Amino acid sequence: MGGGLKDARILVDALRDPTRTAALEPEGWTALIACARAEQLVGTLAERVAGLPMPPRAAELLEAARRSADTGRTAALWEAACAARALAPAGLTPILLKGTAYVAAGLKAGVGRSIGDLDILVPRDRIDQAEQALLGAGWEWVKPDPYDDEYYRRWMHELPPLIHRERDRMIDVHHTVLPLTARITPDAAAMIADAEPVGGGLAVLAPADMICHAVAHLFADGDLAGGLRNLWDIRCLIDEFGTDGLAARAARHGLGRELARAVRLADALYGSGTDLTLVDRWYVRRLLARDGWGRATRPVTRLAFYIRSHWLRMPPLMLARHLLTKWRKGGPGPG
Amino acid sequence: MRHAHHLRIGPVGFRIGSDWRAPIDAVADLYRDYPAPADGVADYTVRLFAARPWRRWMRPAITLGGDYLLPDAVPMPLAWGVLAAEMAMNLQLALGERRYLLLHASSVERDGRAVLMTGVSGAGKSTLAALLMTRGWRLMGDEFALLDPESGAVHAFPRLISLKNESVGVVQAAVPDARFGPLLTGTPKGDLRHLVPDARAIAMAAAPATPAVLLFPSFGYAAAERPVPPSEAFVRLTQASTNYTALGERGFDALTRLVQRVPARAIDYPDTATAVAQVEAAWAAA
Amino acid sequence: MTRYVAAPAASLRLVPLDALTLAYHRPSGITHVLASPAPELLAALAAPADLATLLARLQTDYDLADADPAALAERLAELETAGLVLRA
Repeated sequence: MGGGLKDARILVDALRDPTRTAALEPEGWTALIACARAEQLVGTLAERVAGLPMPPRAAELLEAARRSADTGRTAALWEAACAARALAPAGLTPILLKGTAYVAAGLKAGVGRSIGDLDILVPRDRIDQAEQALLGAGWEWVKPDPYDDEYYRRWMHELPPLIHRERDRMIDVHHTVLPLTARITPDAAAMIADAEPVGGGLAVLAPADMICHAVAHLFADGDLAGGLRNLWDIRCLIDEFGTDGLAARAARHGLGRELARAVRLADALYGSGTDLTLVDRWYVRRLLARDGWGRATRPVTRLAFYIRSHWLRMPPLMLARHLLTKWRKGGPGPG
Repeated sequence: MRHAHHLRIGPVGFRIGSDWRAPIDAVADLYRDYPAPADGVADYTVRLFAARPWRRWMRPAITLGGDYLLPDAVPMPLAWGVLAAEMAMNLQLALGERRYLLLHASSVERDGRAVLMTGVSGAGKSTLAALLMTRGWRLMGDEFALLDPESGAVHAFPRLISLKNESVGVVQAAVPDARFGPLLTGTPKGDLRHLVPDARAIAMAAAPATPAVLLFPSFGYAAAERPVPPSEAFVRLTQASTNYTALGERGFDALTRLVQRVPARAIDYPDTATAVAQVEAAWAAA
Repeated sequence: MTRYVAAPAASLRLVPLDALTLAYHRPSGITHVLASPAPELLAALAAPADLATLLARLQTDYDLADADPAALAERLAELETAGLVLRA
């Protein structure tokens, strides 16, 4: 195995400059596709390299990934339409977040993107109404676990997940952008006030807020799992919307430092390169912790980020309690 | 990974990596006559690994990995390496396949025309396919048939035939000289032994066939047959496909075309000899 | 009175098979298996109609003389939830 396949650099290079794939041997394509699948970026990769010379089998696999993203896009938009229909009688216009927002608004970040659950934002004081409206329209609680349920309702930024009983699709209803326990507290009310309609009883965040949300999602809402995909979103959004007024908006949400770091990381991995701080390099090390077999690598770095992600959004004592409860249940550890 | 093997089954290329040598040696031996992935690019990556480093040596247990996986896969003993590889390869197709409509069906072919046999586990798909193989049919696969939405043809997936419990003895008696994998006892599916498809099945693995008849076999009943209307065949086949929904309109086209063009029959059979006769009659009549 | 109309023909692939009709709904990517009177309802709603007009059309064009208005309204609601019928 070549040195280039020890980390996800092969994927990042292909996304930044698709013509670089011309140098790949067949086993390089196998590694690139495995890595892209593991990072949920195979549809994006397929769009980036479409039409370039490559082994016919690689072209077939990527064409299938592209079509699969298309099907996923259709399903995601339909699910959003269903949520809009369910919430309209309560006078609520759901604000789409993440992948569904990008495809609903026709943004580059949505092209080829894999989309999982439907994420929507509603005002905090309307959350009970939203819950009732969804429960009345065929959504049900996913297996209730008393600890998790209490945890969600007390501390998280969303309702416990709901699933539609016929369509079997999950919805996450957020009322703010980060958990209430997090030290950074973006101004959700301002985001909601400035949201922009996209038709069909749906809205998306205004451009600068959309970038801020993606930044918050990248750093504070997880252990950087899926980080390459989230960073690709940010790169596309900035590319499309520019940075006018962005720093000020990020500062208002308490995300100034995070935005600056995201921009540096996006430049370093997906752009023309920039100077990185020592801490930035540690982030890059974590983001690229995936090898040519699609395996998660660098367990120590991953563990550090996992613990840190919990520390970021919970006071230390609560963190101890949470990790202990999760650990006892054999719950998710660093992957 | 430390040890690796590349192979192609029908149109599908795999790259199998392992922390241990034994599973790779076993897979490479059983699949020794199979070609390499087309253009050297594997459709799917499969990983057999130790969940914790010390598990490589201490009570070694294989955890399944790959491009696509179900959460909570239970590790299995190192001696079941071939089973682990087979399960991991099946999972890639079941969860990740997007080119072909995947039908959970065994299939055999004669004169370019294929019989597809689908049904719940225990309906004898694998046993029937293996026995038909010994009677001059070309085996296309005992687990998955790959329907091409563009051409309407079915592609072979002649992986190792997975024989369970009593069918191990039945098939061993029918083809005593065939190549078998190790007998695995006490697996979640009982006793299990893999049979290598015959030379013709492997040599013709890349050749698709035209579906001629769809059969829904049920084992353990008096011999009986009834035609299955297209709408029932459609609903049963959507349930026998793991990727129907994911294929969107292409899946709808492929499946509606199949059930409109190809006759479908439910066959009940008390023993495999009866079933073989029923399959041959259904093919001849179609 | 509320008026209904079938989803645009271009958004729907209908394949009649023996007793049932398969419907692929492009906007959702969902396949529906329709039994009578759903296919007749969709055909009768090619042009917008309220419930009374729809009932009359079904009786004259599709020979559904015994169509029960309450049951009809229920089928209509199901088709609307699935996106196969829209409010005109």
